[in-house]
Amino acid sequence: MTHGARPRRSRRGLWLAAIAVSGALLGSCAPTPAGHELTFWAIGREGEAIMQLLPAFEHAHPDIRVNVQQLPLTAAHQKLLTAFAGGSTPDLSQLGNTWLPELVALHALEPLQARVDHSGVVRADDYFASIWATNVIDGTLYGVPWYVDTRLLFYRKDLLKKAGFDAPPRTWAQWRSQLAALSDPAQHRYGILLPTNEYEQLMSLALQQPEPLLRDGGRYGNFESAGFKRALGFYVDTFKLKQAPAITNVEAGNPWTEFGRGVYAFYLSGPWNIGEFRTRLPATQQDDWATAPLPGPTGAGIGAAGGSSLVIFRASKHKDAAWQLIEYLSQPAVQQQFYELLGDMPPRRSSWEGGALRDDPKARAFREQLEQVKPTPPVPEWERIANEMQLVAAEAIAGRLTIDQAAAEIDRRADTILAKRRWVLDHAQPDPAREHTP
Amino acid sequence: MNSPRSAWLFLAPALVVLGVFFLLPVLAALILSLTDYDLYALADIRNLRFVGFGNYWELLHRPLFWSALGHTVYFVAVGVPLSMGASLGAALLLNSPLARCKPLFRTALFAPVVTTVVAVAVIWRYLFNTKYGMANYVLDLLGIHPIDWLGDPRWAMPTIILFAVWKNFGYNMIIFLAGLQAIPPNLYEAARIDGASSWRQFRHITLPMLKPTLLMVAILTVSGYFQLFAEPYVMTEGGPLQSTVSVLYLMYDEGFKWWNLGSASAVAFLLFLLMFAVTVLMVKLSRRGEHPDGGPA
Repeated sequence: MTHGARPRRSRRGLWLAAIAVSGALLGSCAPTPAGHELTFWAIGREGEAIMQLLPAFEHAHPDIRVNVQQLPLTAAHQKLLTAFAGGSTPDLSQLGNTWLPELVALHALEPLQARVDHSGVVRADDYFASIWATNVIDGTLYGVPWYVDTRLLFYRKDLLKKAGFDAPPRTWAQWRSQLAALSDPAQHRYGILLPTNEYEQLMSLALQQPEPLLRDGGRYGNFESAGFKRALGFYVDTFKLKQAPAITNVEAGNPWTEFGRGVYAFYLSGPWNIGEFRTRLPATQQDDWATAPLPGPTGAGIGAAGGSSLVIFRASKHKDAAWQLIEYLSQPAVQQQFYELLGDMPPRRSSWEGGALRDDPKARAFREQLEQVKPTPPVPEWERIANEMQLVAAEAIAGRLTIDQAAAEIDRRADTILAKRRWVLDHAQPDPAREHTP
Repeated sequence: MNSPRSAWLFLAPALVVLGVFFLLPVLAALILSLTDYDLYALADIRNLRFVGFGNYWELLHRPLFWSALGHTVYFVAVGVPLSMGASLGAALLLNSPLARCKPLFRTALFAPVVTTVVAVAVIWRYLFNTKYGMANYVLDLLGIHPIDWLGDPRWAMPTIILFAVWKNFGYNMIIFLAGLQAIPPNLYEAARIDGASSWRQFRHITLPMLKPTLLMVAILTVSGYFQLFAEPYVMTEGGPLQSTVSVLYLMYDEGFKWWNLGSASAVAFLLFLLMFAVTVLMVKLSRRGEHPDGGPA
């Protein structure tokens, strides 16, 4: 497909140049091709994969050229904010759904509900409800989910079987007993790898609790609730019982190989690792590993609703063209293609009905988990609060704080971080819808 | 045209450049440090509040600021003497008449300086890997229990110091080498005739003659080391347990990660004040015991 598209484009370029030149000569006003050049920011590996999806789009929309700029994941957040401050935002972008509230607070994003209402492609009821909900802030829709990401368990089927377990755990109690059976710290074998500088694992456990993580409309932290302490307790115990090594992902180095060697029987991580394990583990080991939904405190557990959405920036001059690209990328067939390229899980149920996803046993657990995900608190400060939560949790793992002390400390830090938000909310126009957001 | 006016005229272009690109940004940052400029203010300027010295006050009450300051001072206090010792030692060896293949060694020892800090930090991260790293392999050969170099809060900073010293000593070594080569050889000749040992030659000729170079290198190294950032950023991301968060790292986090530009500017000014004070102190100390004409006591 790419081979066919390339010469066509350059010939079209020539064509347009010829028109432009003759137009200039005739003194008439020909439409400039630059008027339809879309700037699209893609983050991380998605940026490479999308290059292969674009020729078909440009073929179907000959008047639109897409200029993809790839941002590395580590610099993307900063780049987006800098672009906003400098007034140089792109037309559309991929945006992690935990970053969405931040850019909404900046009034940087275009509301999309009206476009969705008139769209024949994007149908809200086809999307996993919680993932869709992460794009709705204060009752307004700002993004269309592109791919979803929820953390769940990768596990070694063979090791579990050898230890006498036929199935992955469904409850925390089962999980604990399996972790105990599979850990042998003296031999450097641990039940699970939980990098102590990643907050997603603890956050997933915390989201399984009935209490929200922030209270009073996101004005204060709610980490001293019984539910969060239970989650933190379970998490910290896993280290205290030496069922997980207290190391960061910097030291974990290559977790895939170690998983293959049996250093870890469980790995709590996201869907992109399906692809990693498929490429990094030898063919003989491919039947030894599987995925399972997260165990919950008493039954099937809830996971965090992560992933990326596609957003249009308010400052864009080509919003209609940008929306056409979003519609194209939202088609189930394109999402299936995207999954095959990268392993990113589609957010629509109909995308799961066909292609490689339907029959993939490793993806099935994600499908199950995606019906049971919960969004993170939609406040711009969430990313920072989650980071502080993890820093304090790491102190608790190191034995410097008890669970109660740690919970109180996280609340204290969250309240400090949210101080400005409280001031802004109290000085803004009274907005009844905002008062009731969790 | 009188002469002061023409002097100003000639100076004007330089002053304008200095004012626009140096004074103005510094002034803007100073004003920024007195406000609570953050995400909300970026969205709507009405959310900007003038907080006076509030940012400074809050910083001085934040345990993380003090621990970051502690880590930075630790890095400077241990790193600078080590770095200067290593570079002076290497320069003396290279300057010695016994040394062979001088250009080769000079290049080899200078090589770490010109490499990218990120690239070599990644390599050192592998060397110091607890399980597979070469450092622990060597310790194992010597029968020493493996050390969790970058994962243990007590060891992470010493490891970073070791890395920084290795990375930077070549630069100072070149300066020292130039300083050593500027010492007139007849001084050593005279000392040898008088029967001075090589230690006494070093103590009474090399060190005093090198004193201006030493002071300059010390000031450059101290101010460089106070700005510790890239090493922990790449090797430990400030961890484990924030034991390698430096003042500049804190500023980066505040400003560019969390977009609290007000408090980040306050961190920058506190660091500036600290570095200014230390430099003044160093210059004062080096002047003590000197003759008024500037020669050694």
